This record gives sequence, structure tokens and C-alpha cells, in this order.
Amino acid sequence: MATEGEKRQVKLLGATLSPFVVRVRIALALKGIDYEFIQENLKTKSELLLQSNPVYKQIPVLVHNGKPVCESMIIVQYIEEAWSNKARNLIPKDPYDRAIARFWAAFIDNKIFPSLRGVFTGQGEQLQKAVEDSVTNFLLIEEALRTNQCFAGKAYFGGDQIGLVDIALGGMSTFIKAVEKATETILIDPKKMPLLTAWMHRFCKSDGVKEVMPDPVKHAEYISARRATMISPPTAN
Amino acid sequence: MATEGENGQVKLIGATLSPFVVRVRIALALKGIDYEFIQENIQTKSELLLKSNPVHKKIPVLIHNGKPVCESMIIVQYIEEAWGNKAPNIMPKGPYNRAIARFWTAFVEDKLFPSMRGVFTGQGEQQQKAVEDSVTNFLLIEEALRTNQCFAGKAYFGGAEIGLFDIALGGFSAFIKAVEMATDSVLIDPEKMPFLSAWMDRFCKSDGVKEVMPDPAKQAEFVSEYISARRANMI
Repeated sequence: MATEGEKRQVKLLGATLSPFVVRVRIALALKGIDYEFIQENLKTKSELLLQSNPVYKQIPVLVHNGKPVCESMIIVQYIEEAWSNKARNLIPKDPYDRAIARFWAAFIDNKIFPSLRGVFTGQGEQLQKAVEDSVTNFLLIEEALRTNQCFAGKAYFGGDQIGLVDIALGGMSTFIKAVEKATETILIDPKKMPLLTAWMHRFCKSDGVKEVMPDPVKHAEYISARRATMISPPTAN
Repeated sequence: MATEGENGQVKLIGATLSPFVVRVRIALALKGIDYEFIQENIQTKSELLLKSNPVHKKIPVLIHNGKPVCESMIIVQYIEEAWGNKAPNIMPKGPYNRAIARFWTAFVEDKLFPSMRGVFTGQGEQQQKAVEDSVTNFLLIEEALRTNQCFAGKAYFGGAEIGLFDIALGGFSAFIKAVEMATDSVLIDPEKMPFLSAWMDRFCKSDGVKEVMPDPAKQAEFVSEYISARRANMI
């Protein structure tokens, strides 16, 4: 059991609903690392956040023995390397398998998240285009799950256990469902994406994940409320 | 001299002027890895490229013993790890320093390159804004060079030797100068960014880099042609 002193050594600045923060919390949970969670108010950023992440001023930030680490997937890799003796390993051992894991984690950050954000913030035609892009991107992941030798036939992208890609995508699970609900769209259709659907279900129930995954109902309410503030009446021009 | 057997079979699909390809060539040169360079024609993508990178259909792609690795900085980390016993080490040893190297590498991908793209694709006010954004981003790197304890006072971001972030940013050196020339703008002003200027100069002259860095003047011609072609297609 970690002492208070130990707990103070690891702080996570975040917000419970942020999918990027959820990613980090999953990694910490899987490694069994105790930490102090500092809930940030996104409207008024704390001095600690601004000081720890002066470049982006964003959460999550992991502060380990006073030193800040920023960017969720960089934090996840840091957690793996700083606590490499602690099971489980989140990143494969083999260099090629690692490159594949990093490739798909980058795909999630560079393609999936922007298209999701487009759905979250979009209206009318823009929304429709963002939905199509998101579906295209998810179909690519479905295909990878089906055919890529690193993933096919396994419980997780990481093999028997949760790994980097599982965390990168799975951390977004309630965000994805909340956005679907708020926009009345289907991004992950169980009929078209059976493997992805089954994987997400399995992931959300796993130890380490279920304890930190946001309440889907609360998340959906939050996303709907945010969307309502974005819809502004057309201007006169 | 390495035999194919020692390193396995290494191919790099790329184009000599692509800054993303230059990054990979630097990493291979530093590690002393021989490879077959397959020049891609940007207009008509080869079957090999489409098969090796079906998701993005882009260069560079490293093919090692028949297995493709995509995305330049993922390839560089792969080179480091697959040839982990070969000096020099591109990645720092400690987890914290590695996180810092990855953070700034991601900054180049997520902030710096997009702002630079705005410089060579934009016109008028849009271009002006992109120049300002690029300068802001370069100034952040200048400040990191000056004050970040991982970098300050060292020859390279990697310390005494070239490391991950040197490659991520330095691989763009000819491209940055080419964009400045082609758009008549100043992105890295030596007076405002003395550390960055000195670092870039040092980097471009280093062994492993100077042999693969494109001639900025040639690259500037290419960028100018690209800009003209884009404008011609615009209504």
C-alpha cells in the first residue's frame, strides 16, 4: 500500500471526462501506481498547469517527483519506461511490433480524433462529412483487427493484455459513445464493425479500465450540453 | 563494411527532397546501415508503396526484411531499437529525457510543420498569419534551447551527439530555408534566434547529415514550382 509520501510523488493534472486523461489513468491503474489526482477547471487553468505545461497549457500533465510530462501518449510511454519493472508491460518488446503499435496510436491521434472532433463540433454538411470520415477511419481499424498479424485473433491490440493501442483508442470509448448520442449518429456500427465493437466492450469491462472510465450517461449529458453552447444563430452577413 | 546478412535487407522508399525522408536517411547514416533507396515518383505512386503503406500511401517507408515501417519519426525510433547495439544511440537513456525528446518531436509534427505548410500554401493575409505562427513556434524552440535543462549549453538537443529531436527538426533544415527563399520570408532570424541558427548550422555540417541534406537552392526551386502549380489550379 503506497504511503502518503509515495502518493505525493505522482500527481496527475486532469479532468475526469477528458479521454486523454482517461488514457493516462488507465495506464497508471494497470501499473498499480498510486497518485494524487488534481481536477482542473478548464475555464480557469491553475498556476500548476500553466507552469507544468507552458507550451500547450493543456491536460493531462503527469508530474513525477516534481518533473512534468505532457501529451497523453507520451505520458503513457513514460509510465511504461519509468515503471518498467512493474507488470504489466504496456508496450511490446519487439521493435517491429512496437513500430506497429506506435503507428496505430498515431493514427488514432492524427486521424480518428480530428474526425471525431469534427462530429462533436459540426453541423449540417460539415457534420455529415465528419461522420463519413470517422466511419472510414474506424473501418480501417476494423480491418487491422481482422487482418494485421499483430492483432488478428487476439483479445486486445496488445495481444492477451491491454497495450498501447488499446489505451489510445479505448480511452476514447465513452467520448465516442457520447458524441454518437449527442449527434444521433452511428460511428461504430456493430454490424459493419463486429470486431471493433466486441473489442470495445471487452476493453471497457477490464480491470484497471472500468474503474476510471467516465460514466457514459454523465459523459453524454456533458457532450450534449457543450454542443448546445456551440450552436449559435446564423449571423446577418 | 556491413553485409546484407548482418543488417538484414533494408530498403527505403522515398524522395530525396522530402524532409520526412531526409530524417530517416540521417538516422540510417548515423547508424551506418546500408540500404537500397527506391525513389518514388510523387505523381504516380508505385505498387510497392501502395502495398507497404495502404493506410496513408505516403513516403517514407522503411522495409526491413520485407516488413514495412511507416511514419518518419516512428521509423527513426524503429531504427534506434532494431539496431540498439549500434552506436550512436539516438534516444536518451532516462525515461524523463526520452519523454522530453518525444514531446518536442511531437511539437514539430503537430505545430511547427502545419504552420510552415500554411506559409507555402497560403496567400496574402493567410500566408502572413502562417509566417507569424511559424515564427512563434520557432521562438518556443529557441527558448527551450536556452532554458530547458535537457538542452541548454549542449551542442545538440540530444546532448553531445545528435538525437531524436535533432533529427526531427534538423531533417527539415533545407526545407525551412527553401520555404523562406521561395516565399521571401524569414522564419528563423539569426538575430532573434541565435541558438537555433547556430544549432542548425552545426547540424547541417555534421557527418551523416551533410551527405543526405538536399541543396536548399534546389529545394527552393521545387517549392516555388509547387506554389506556382497550386496557384495555377486555383480559380
